[in-house]
Amino acid sequence: MATKNININLKIWRQKNANAKGNMETYKLDNVSTDSSFLEMLDQLNEQLINERQEPIAFDHDCREGICGMCSLFINGEAHGPDRAVTTCQLHMRKFKDGETIYVEPWRAKAFPIIKDLVVDRSAFDRIQQAGGFVSVNTSGKTMDANAIPIPKHDADKAFEAAVCIGCGACVASCVNASAMLFVSAKVSQLALLPQGKVEAKERVLNMVRTMDEEGFGNCTNTGACAVECPKEISLDNIARMNREYLKAAITSEA
Amino acid sequence: MSILDSKIPEGHISKKWTDYKDHLKLVAPNNRPKIDVIIVGTGLAGSSAAASLGEMGYNVKAFCFQDSPRRAHSIAAQGGINAAKNYQNDGDSIFRLFYDTIKGGDYRSREANVHRLAEVSGNIIDQCVAQGVPFAREYGGLLDNRSFGGTQVQRTFYAAGQTGQQLLLGAYSALSRQIGLGRVKMYNRHEMLDIVKVDGKARGIIARNLVTGEIERHSAHAVIIASGGYGNVYFLSTNAMGSNVSAAWKIHKQGALFANPCFVQIHPTCIPVHGTNQAKLTLMSESLRNSGRIWVPAIKEDAEAIRAGKLKPTAIAEENRDYFLERRYPAFGNLVPRDVASRAAKERCDEGHGIEANDTNEGVYLDFSSEILSKGKQAAFAAGNHNPSEEETIAAGKKWVESKYGNLFQMYEKITDENPYETPMKIYPAVHYTMGGVWVDYNLQSTIPGCFVAGEANFSDHGANRLGASALMQGLADGYFVLPYTVSDYLANEIRTGAISTETAEFEEAVQRVNDQINKFLNNNGTKSVDHFHKRLGLIMWNKVGMGRSEQGLKEAIAEIAELKAEFHQNVYVPGTANEMNPQLEKAMRVADFIDLGQLMAIDALERNESCGGHFREEYQDAEGETLRDDENFKFVGAWEYKGDDINNEVLHKEALNYEFIKIAARNYK
Repeated sequence: MATKNININLKIWRQKNANAKGNMETYKLDNVSTDSSFLEMLDQLNEQLINERQEPIAFDHDCREGICGMCSLFINGEAHGPDRAVTTCQLHMRKFKDGETIYVEPWRAKAFPIIKDLVVDRSAFDRIQQAGGFVSVNTSGKTMDANAIPIPKHDADKAFEAAVCIGCGACVASCVNASAMLFVSAKVSQLALLPQGKVEAKERVLNMVRTMDEEGFGNCTNTGACAVECPKEISLDNIARMNREYLKAAITSEA
Repeated sequence: MSILDSKIPEGHISKKWTDYKDHLKLVAPNNRPKIDVIIVGTGLAGSSAAASLGEMGYNVKAFCFQDSPRRAHSIAAQGGINAAKNYQNDGDSIFRLFYDTIKGGDYRSREANVHRLAEVSGNIIDQCVAQGVPFAREYGGLLDNRSFGGTQVQRTFYAAGQTGQQLLLGAYSALSRQIGLGRVKMYNRHEMLDIVKVDGKARGIIARNLVTGEIERHSAHAVIIASGGYGNVYFLSTNAMGSNVSAAWKIHKQGALFANPCFVQIHPTCIPVHGTNQAKLTLMSESLRNSGRIWVPAIKEDAEAIRAGKLKPTAIAEENRDYFLERRYPAFGNLVPRDVASRAAKERCDEGHGIEANDTNEGVYLDFSSEILSKGKQAAFAAGNHNPSEEETIAAGKKWVESKYGNLFQMYEKITDENPYETPMKIYPAVHYTMGGVWVDYNLQSTIPGCFVAGEANFSDHGANRLGASALMQGLADGYFVLPYTVSDYLANEIRTGAISTETAEFEEAVQRVNDQINKFLNNNGTKSVDHFHKRLGLIMWNKVGMGRSEQGLKEAIAEIAELKAEFHQNVYVPGTANEMNPQLEKAMRVADFIDLGQLMAIDALERNESCGGHFREEYQDAEGETLRDDENFKFVGAWEYKGDDINNEVLHKEALNYEFIKIAARNYK
C-alpha cells in the first residue's frame, strides 16, 4: 500500500497519578504518515502537546521492536490494537483510516494498578517469576557440558515456543477475568518440557500459581481471548499443560 | 602514563587468567552478608553479576530505569552467542576464537582480556543450558551452531532470532531467584543520576525514583556499572529508546576515564529509514547473512527505476546483480565483519546504486531466493522427493527459512508491509553497538577505585570492531565468570568497614548536584523540546562522525556540537514537575550527557589519524578503499580524562597495546 498522510482523532486515557481520578481526553492529530508506527504517532502528538505547552502523554515503551514487553496500550478495545501477533510498537498507522477516531487506554486489571496516564504497574509479573520461574542452579565454576543431556528437538522447539513470552500482560488485559494463566503457563511449560526444569517442576507450578492468585489475578474460564491477542502467539496448549502439571503436583506433593 | 595500569598478569596467555584467579583475595562466606554491592543496569552483564554476587551471599542492590529487569536492551539481541566448543569439528578452539576476535577488532584490543573471554565462552553456554535456556537443537538432541561474520567456523549458539531474549531471561530467572530469597533488592523504575565517592572510592549512588521523583541515597562498598552502550548519541540507532550513556558519563565526570569513544559499530543489515518521525532503527540479525546474499543492481539506471517504483528487484536478471561482498571478499563473502560490510554498502549507494526511495536513497538488497531454492531442494530430498517441482522446492525452502529466522521475517513484514519470502529485504547500515566505553583494567575496575564496569558499558574486549555474537558472550562472561572473582578481591579489604553511611557530606553534595540539574531543566522555560535537540545532535553525528570521517568534518562537528550545547542549555523546554513521573525530564538529562559525549567522540576520532575497524578516516585508506592502520603511532587505547564543562579540555592518556602471542597483520578478508 502506498504511503500517504492521514488525519486522526484520538481519545486517550489521562490520569495524573495513582490517586487521581482519570478521564478520556480528545486530541486531533493531522499529517500522520501511514508508514509511522503507532508509538511514533504518539511521539508526534506529544511533540505537538509540548509545543502547545501542554503536558505530554506518559506511556511505557523501550525497544520499539516487539521484544521487550514494555509497550502496553489497549487500542480500540484490543490489547496492542487491531493487528494480530504484534505489540503496540509494531502496529503501524496503515491499519487506520483517514478521519478515524482511535481509543487508547491502559491495561485494565486489579493486579495492574495505574501509575500515570497509560502507564501501569506490572510488578506482579516479576513477583510471580520470583516465586518459581527459574531453575535453582548457581553460577558454577565447573559447569557440566552443555551437550551432556540431549533434548529431543520436538521438546526443545515446544519449550522455545513457550519461552518467547515477553511479559507484556496483553493476556491479562484481554481476559474478561484478568487472569494471568497464559503468562504463568508459558514459563511453567518452558521448564516442564526441559530436563533441567524437571527436578523442581512440582514446587515451581504450585508456588507460581499460588503467587498468581495472591496478586489478585482472576481465574481462567477458557475463553481463549489471551491467545488471540498474545503478540507472540503463545498457545492455549500451555495452559492445558500447566493444569496437568498443577494437578500432578497437588496430588503427589509431600507438602 | 601511570594513571592507566591495566594490571595484566604475567605468564603465558593460556594460563594468565587461571593463575591470576588462584592468587586473588577471597571473602569468606560468613563475611559476605556484611558487604553491600550496588549494580546499575540489569542487562546480561548486570543481571548475571547481580545473580552471581547474590548467590555468593553479598547484599546486592540492583537498579534499572524500566519497570522490570527483564526489559534491558540485551533482550533485543537476535542472532546468537559465540563459544569455542568446536562441537562442529570444523577447526574451532579457544585460540581460534581468541584470534578471530583480535583480528576482527583490528588489533586494537587487549590480548589478555580477549583470551579470557574465549576461555570462559564454553562455560557460558553450559551455565545457560543448566538454567533452561532453550537453544536450538539438532534432531539428535544436541545443540545446533551457525556461522557469523568474521569467522570461517560455525561456533554460534542461537535460539531462532531471539537469542538475546533467551539469554537475558535466563539471567533474569537467576536474578529473580535471588530477589525472591531476599539476597538482591531490586529497584525498578529507578535511574542512577550520580555516583558518590568517599576518600576517592566509589561508595554509593544517588538514584531518582522515576514514579515519585524522590531523590534517594544508596551506599555500598563497591559499585558496578552495567548500563549498556551509547548508540543513541546518534538519535537513530538500533538501541531502545531509553538506552543512554548517563551512568557511564556521570562516573566519567568523577574520574573514570572514557576509552576509545569514537569506536562505534555500524551494523550493515538494518531496515532503512522511512521518514522524519522515525524513532529508532530496527536490526535485521547478522545471522541472516548466513542465508541471504547482499546485492545492488549493477546498472545504475535499474537502481533509479527501482527507486521510482517502475522496476521490481525480482525482475532483475542474475547477471545484472552486483553481489558486491562476494565480489570484493571471496574468502568470507557475505560474512565479512560488520564494518567491512557497512562501508561496502555505503560505497555502492554513494555511487548511485542504492534502491530505497527515502531522502538519501540508501538501501541495498538482502536476498533469500538462492537459499530458499537450495535448502528447499535439500529438504525435499531428505523427505524422499528426489525430483521436486519448483513450487515444491520453494515451499519446502520457505518452511526451512521460517524455522531458522521466523520471527525476523515477521518483524520485517510488520514494519515495511513487504513480504521478505517473496521479495528481497531492503537493508542499510545503522548505528548498533559501541566498542568504546569506560576504561577498565584486567579486573574490570575503572580508574575510580571500587567502581567496576561490565558489558557494553566498558571498552575492553572488542577493539575497533566487534564480531557478531560476541556482545552476548562478553556481557555474560563479565557477569558470571569475571566480576565474582575480581570484585571479591577488591571487597576482601572491606570486611571490617561496616555499612557506609549516607548522611555524610559527600552524599549531601551529590544530592545537591542532582537537584541543581533537575531544577535547572524544569525552570529553563525555553521554546524547543528535548527531542528537537536530540535529533539535531543525531544528524551531526551521523553525517560527520559516522561511517566516513574526515579531518574537516570532525572539526566542524566539534564546533557545531559546542553551539548545539549552548543552545540546548539556553533554550530547552522541559514540561512538568520534579515530584512525579516525568519522561521529558528523564530525556533532558540523558541528552545533556549525549551532547558532551558526542563532542568527545569527534575529538577522539580527530586525534586518531588512522583507519581501523569501524573508525574510517577518509584520509587513511588504501587503493581499494580498505582501512589503513598505523600501528607504529596508534596501537594504543585512547583513554580520556574529564577536565570540566568544556569538553575540549579533556586530556588524552594512552595505554599501549602489546601483542605477545598474536602476530599482527593487515586485516584481510579477501
